[in-house]
Amino acid sequence: MAAAKRRFEWATIEKRFNAAYAIAVLFFLVAPLIVIIPLSFNAEPYFSFTTKMLTLNPEGFSLRWYQDIVENPQWLQAIGNSLIIAICATALSTVLGTLAALGLARSNMPFRDLIMAILISPLVVPIIIAAAGMYFFYSSIGLAQTHLGIILAHTTLGTPFVVITMTATLSGFDRNLIKAASSLGADPLTTFMRVTLPLVAPGMISGALFAFAASFDEVVTVLFLGGPDQRTIPRQMWSGIREQISPTILAVAVLLIIVSSLLLLTVEKLRRRHTPQGAKAS
Amino acid sequence: MAGAAAITASDLRARFVRSGMRARRISFLLVLPLLLFLAVTFILPIGDMLMRSVEDPTIAQVLPRTADALRSWDGKGRPPYSAYAALASDLEVAQRDGTIGRAATRMNFEVPGMRSMLMSTARVAGKFEPPYAQAFNAVDARWADPEIFGALRHASFTNSIGYYISALDRSRKADGQIIMQPEEDQVYMMLFARTLFVAAMVTALCFVLGYPLAYFIAHASDKWRNYLLILVLLPFWTSLLVRTTAWIVLLQTNGVINDVLAIFFGDGARTQMIYNMTGTLVAMTHILLPFMILPTYSVMLSVPPALRRAALSLGARPWQAFWRVYFPMTLPGAGAGALLVFILALGYYITPALVGGRTGQLISNMIEFHMKTSLNWGLAAALGGILLSGVMALYIVYARVIGLNRLRLG
Repeated sequence: MAAAKRRFEWATIEKRFNAAYAIAVLFFLVAPLIVIIPLSFNAEPYFSFTTKMLTLNPEGFSLRWYQDIVENPQWLQAIGNSLIIAICATALSTVLGTLAALGLARSNMPFRDLIMAILISPLVVPIIIAAAGMYFFYSSIGLAQTHLGIILAHTTLGTPFVVITMTATLSGFDRNLIKAASSLGADPLTTFMRVTLPLVAPGMISGALFAFAASFDEVVTVLFLGGPDQRTIPRQMWSGIREQISPTILAVAVLLIIVSSLLLLTVEKLRRRHTPQGAKAS
Repeated sequence: MAGAAAITASDLRARFVRSGMRARRISFLLVLPLLLFLAVTFILPIGDMLMRSVEDPTIAQVLPRTADALRSWDGKGRPPYSAYAALASDLEVAQRDGTIGRAATRMNFEVPGMRSMLMSTARVAGKFEPPYAQAFNAVDARWADPEIFGALRHASFTNSIGYYISALDRSRKADGQIIMQPEEDQVYMMLFARTLFVAAMVTALCFVLGYPLAYFIAHASDKWRNYLLILVLLPFWTSLLVRTTAWIVLLQTNGVINDVLAIFFGDGARTQMIYNMTGTLVAMTHILLPFMILPTYSVMLSVPPALRRAALSLGARPWQAFWRVYFPMTLPGAGAGALLVFILALGYYITPALVGGRTGQLISNMIEFHMKTSLNWGLAAALGGILLSGVMALYIVYARVIGLNRLRLG
């Protein structure tokens, strides 16, 4: 009995300690993002809390940095560029990545592991090496300092996300459904459009959102390949942080946090709908 | 009848083989567009870039006669007389064609100061008369040093490992002997060591912070688990630049953390926590932590709780049940996370560039410097080649031991 009691106490202490530690780590993860939200409403051009802000004096707060984004043609152009590039790169990488994942999921795929390793490599190759290679390549074919060059570069970097997400989705896909459809007389295209696609669509959308986020956040290839007309949001933030740091950056950061929260919640919703009840993430 | 049946059977077998081949071909055709796309936009460009580390035709093109004359020299003693004559005429031609700048820049990578030396000599090379050696020495006394011709000789070979020798903080004497650079010029080995150190530290920090958090989430109730996971995934999805900005706001000398310290301990307590190694370590750990937590968490979910109960009922103390039963079973997840964090940390560029200051720069930042500022592309390629081979070796380990199928995004 005494041993059991001691064990019980140990378990409680362990649990409490673990909870305290875990909450501290979660705080470390999330607090930096939370802190910049109030600071983006700072009425003064500082990156720290003013006395007026701490006393919740309304004069300490303002929307001037948000106004700055809307009124600054450079930021507006950057937002436009980011959207165009991210949408095109997402479309391309989703098509290429989905086709490849469909091929990889077939049981008779030759050299499967090797091909998979090649397709995922853009995720692990140091970005500076990829950007340097692309710099020479796109310059030599005249695509440096064009939107198309950056779209293609971002497509390259986005495809691993689509391949990973789609491969995971397809591994849980019951291939008997395809056989059933064709035995009922559907041709391969009909089978794909009416059976396969609706079932793998959530995974495909998740992959697309990952690719979108990757492009929307990418700065190194833009630094190497982009000219003054290809400045994107991260590119603007980059020079803002390095040169003339202003709280406008914080306002942009808050807007980006909202965008990424929306993307995250969408992906989680899709995942939950896709994962059968009771089946936990493996 | 028997004959017809035999034909049908072999026919069937042929059809079966054909349909198998057709299915394989379809699989391959589906993968082919992406494979080709990556080959053209990713693999070949990187390969082409890396070739610059072992292939540099500048001197052979701009100073062809000198290159020929020096290649037949063994690098011992004085350079052959023919080399001086060849260099005089090559310099004259290069000066006239306007190509001398290329050669001068190239040689300056090998011998600092050689750019101005070549440029000024080339301006008067047209008026040189034999004996050439004296004419060279009259323009610049450094021409008397055989090591200058040694450097020219090494650079005259289009294919050479010279950039790798430089990338390892070494240089070659005229006779080919490889020596360490003087201590004050040694940069790259230290940067590689620092990159390894930072990657190892970040991996260790991610493990220390991530493992208990993953444990907590994996053992929370179903309702809480999803909310907690979203808190881990939110920073994962948030822009890298946003997270780096957040750390600048928190850590800078007039930032939030220092303001709090100043309230309690006075202004003297303000410490420099950013634009140095600390900044790099903190921001990188924050950014890479989810890559550790997610795989650890998903492996923890798959460990049957009954095992630890069994260990306890067999008399193990709780910590024994944890260390000897539970912990080893979660190692594949933690190992997968650690390896991924380490691989990604080795190639980190953005965060060190923004918050690393001078002491927190990594090898990627040096590659960027040689790509965009010094324009020493050969050396950038050599440094990149060394970094990439390290990363690829670890990637192969990851693919072999852990398996790429285990790579999940959230």
